[in-house]
Amino acid sequence: MEQTSPPAQSDNQVAAEPAPVTNEAIRVLNLYQTADKIYTRSLEGFFHSFRRWTWIPMLAGYFLIPWISINGRQAVWFDLAERKFYIFWLTLWPQDLPFLAALLIISAFALFTITNFAGRIWCGFSCPQTVWTGIFIAIERFFEGDRNKRIKLDAQPWTLNKFTRKGAVQLSWMLISLATGLTFVGYFNPIRQLLPDLIQLSINAAALFWTLLFIALTWANAGLMREQICLYVCPYARFQSVMFDPDTLIVSYNKTRGEPRGSRKADQKPAAEVLGDCVDCTLCVQVCPTGIDIRDGLQYECISCGLCVDACNAVMEKMHYPKGLISFTTENVLDKGGTFRLLRPRLLGYFTVLILMCGLFAGQLSLRVPLEVDIIRDRSLLYRVTPEGMVENSYQLKVSNMDQREHRYTISIKSDQALIYRGQSEISVAEGEVVDMLARLQLPLTDVRQLNQEVEFIVTASDGAALSSSEKSRFLAPLQTDLHKQTGIKNL
Amino acid sequence: MSDFWSNWIILLTLIVLIGSVWLLIANRKTEVRGDLPEGEIPKTGHSYDGIEEYENPLPIWWFWMFLSTAAFALIYLILYPGLGNFKGVLDWTQEKQWQQSIDTASLELDAKYAAYAATSIDDLAADPAALRMGRRLFNNNCAVCHGIGGVGGNGFPNLSDHDWLYGGSGDAIVQSITNGRQGVMPPWGAVLGDRGVEDMADYLMSLNGQPFDAQRAARGAGQYKMFCTGCHGADGSGIQALGAPNLKDRIWLYNQLDTPLLENVRHSIRNGRNGNMPSHADKLRPEKIHLIAAYVYSLSQTSRQR
Repeated sequence: MEQTSPPAQSDNQVAAEPAPVTNEAIRVLNLYQTADKIYTRSLEGFFHSFRRWTWIPMLAGYFLIPWISINGRQAVWFDLAERKFYIFWLTLWPQDLPFLAALLIISAFALFTITNFAGRIWCGFSCPQTVWTGIFIAIERFFEGDRNKRIKLDAQPWTLNKFTRKGAVQLSWMLISLATGLTFVGYFNPIRQLLPDLIQLSINAAALFWTLLFIALTWANAGLMREQICLYVCPYARFQSVMFDPDTLIVSYNKTRGEPRGSRKADQKPAAEVLGDCVDCTLCVQVCPTGIDIRDGLQYECISCGLCVDACNAVMEKMHYPKGLISFTTENVLDKGGTFRLLRPRLLGYFTVLILMCGLFAGQLSLRVPLEVDIIRDRSLLYRVTPEGMVENSYQLKVSNMDQREHRYTISIKSDQALIYRGQSEISVAEGEVVDMLARLQLPLTDVRQLNQEVEFIVTASDGAALSSSEKSRFLAPLQTDLHKQTGIKNL
Repeated sequence: MSDFWSNWIILLTLIVLIGSVWLLIANRKTEVRGDLPEGEIPKTGHSYDGIEEYENPLPIWWFWMFLSTAAFALIYLILYPGLGNFKGVLDWTQEKQWQQSIDTASLELDAKYAAYAATSIDDLAADPAALRMGRRLFNNNCAVCHGIGGVGGNGFPNLSDHDWLYGGSGDAIVQSITNGRQGVMPPWGAVLGDRGVEDMADYLMSLNGQPFDAQRAARGAGQYKMFCTGCHGADGSGIQALGAPNLKDRIWLYNQLDTPLLENVRHSIRNGRNGNMPSHADKLRPEKIHLIAAYVYSLSQTSRQR
């Protein structure tokens, strides 16, 4: 791996090389190159405005949800320190992790279903990477102008005008990053406390670290990296193609209709020039957020945002050609002349699993009892015999109140034998508390029939709430026939 | 780790680190032979099942990302232990980090402990929050011998009844936990002889309302006056100052359930017993002992009420 060439510029594709002994031309290719900055042109159109209606509710949700309070507590609050996850009227504990797993499975199948149906519309219409990049580009456009002006401005030497405009952009980006970072951390640290803490500089170290990290990541991802995340970092871009089939809706260019492309005067019939409908205005390339030419066919870079469809339709309208040279269509329709087929086994399969998982999730969630009972038998002692001639087992009872209010519970036992419960029969447990208490079970030696029997502890809310939970344990006793002689205890 | 192995590991680590950086820098360019039409990307010549590999350049930030991970590794190895025996300039250890989190937690708890330490055990025994804390401490430190709830077991006294070897006042309990207790019952087998031991056991059975041999018990009573009253008292009700148990209350500290009671009592007399409650002065802070004592005290209080 000798370095025979002079150091080439990083963005040089080809550097001239003085020909050595062989006749073949040898060129040095730089394997790492600076990506060209993409300047997107902004054009109004159906998909452009449709995106607004998918973005606005999601953004509003993200920024506003932490500000909602229920019963004086942040409604959605992931309290990592206490390991309690408040989601409106539901408090999830670490043992509810299967719900998270189910939610992830649902999300995965939702993604599979939607990808099989309409390609990467998640990317184009709802992915935070796209949304925040869109916001950042809108800010650029506001201060620096549209595509051509931005290209010109970047090529200019630094002037006061350029400095002011660029400064305004950076400042706005920073403010948005700050809001994003604070909101994110606000889901984990109550946001109504976080903001005053930040202003008074008494914010705790962990919250400050995560806020700064998310400011930096927002700024870098939406300001610098942009499409690079979609092309080189996001795994979805790489595996989405396995969910595609010939009936998947994809943004595609109608080659048969468009080619041969070429510019022409307005209102000229294409037939006169032996040209296709594509006027080669390259607007579809200029609006593309990932900088590809959709006319090259389906590419992994395409995020299905439909902006090129808008751009092309506007041109077709101007030229008085029919719309839809670039459109959301399927391979079957475009190349094989077939019809769009919605009902196909694969999509139905994905959809069935999705619905099934949603149903299961909803069912499990509605059956969840926000009360948990744990029994821990004494670890050191199997049983003991009291001076009164009773076999006694001790248990540690843990009652977890996972509901969002205080409850009173009665404790009872169920067993085949006449066990006597010694311990508190009623306890009250505050919201989110775990109370552990001592419980003892006794059985007269004379009544021992089994060495080892099952006993069920039942905890039921006694304040009208329909809450009940139970846990099984064992009651161990010595064989009565042996002990009769041995213990020497009276009254046997 | 010996010096040799330490150096070996340092050498290997550095070779891998420097080698990776060299590999990255040496391969950042490649030579392409032959002419290619404008805009066409050269291929590596690798072909698998007709799929050919292109020399598509990566974005330059990948290069810098690789380099920065190497820089991170180097800085990490300088700051933290990782290079053989080298301790790192920050002198970080797991123990120090653990001690730090303990100190932080203590700072938080100190105020609470101080408030509890200033409260009398009688008052604490009526404070549910203090008892909750005491119970956790008890379950972590004491329950392994005394059982949860302090019910005890063979050789380990029941702390939830009203029978105390060394006294059940708050102060006595604090003393027991802090300094420990050594309960020594000397062996009497050699002094009493086999018959003497059996006589004595029957006498103790008679004190407890258990079936006994009257003749033997009468002989045992005589010997009891000679040898046992010094510790267990003239009537067998024990002396707490000495830790000598009450022999009349049907509560047996040493009573193995697979052996008859009479046999157990004979064994105690013949071979003696050694009860050892370890001192916890070094293991638990006085404030914690105070809380545990309050919990233990509360156990006997509730049992008395019942």
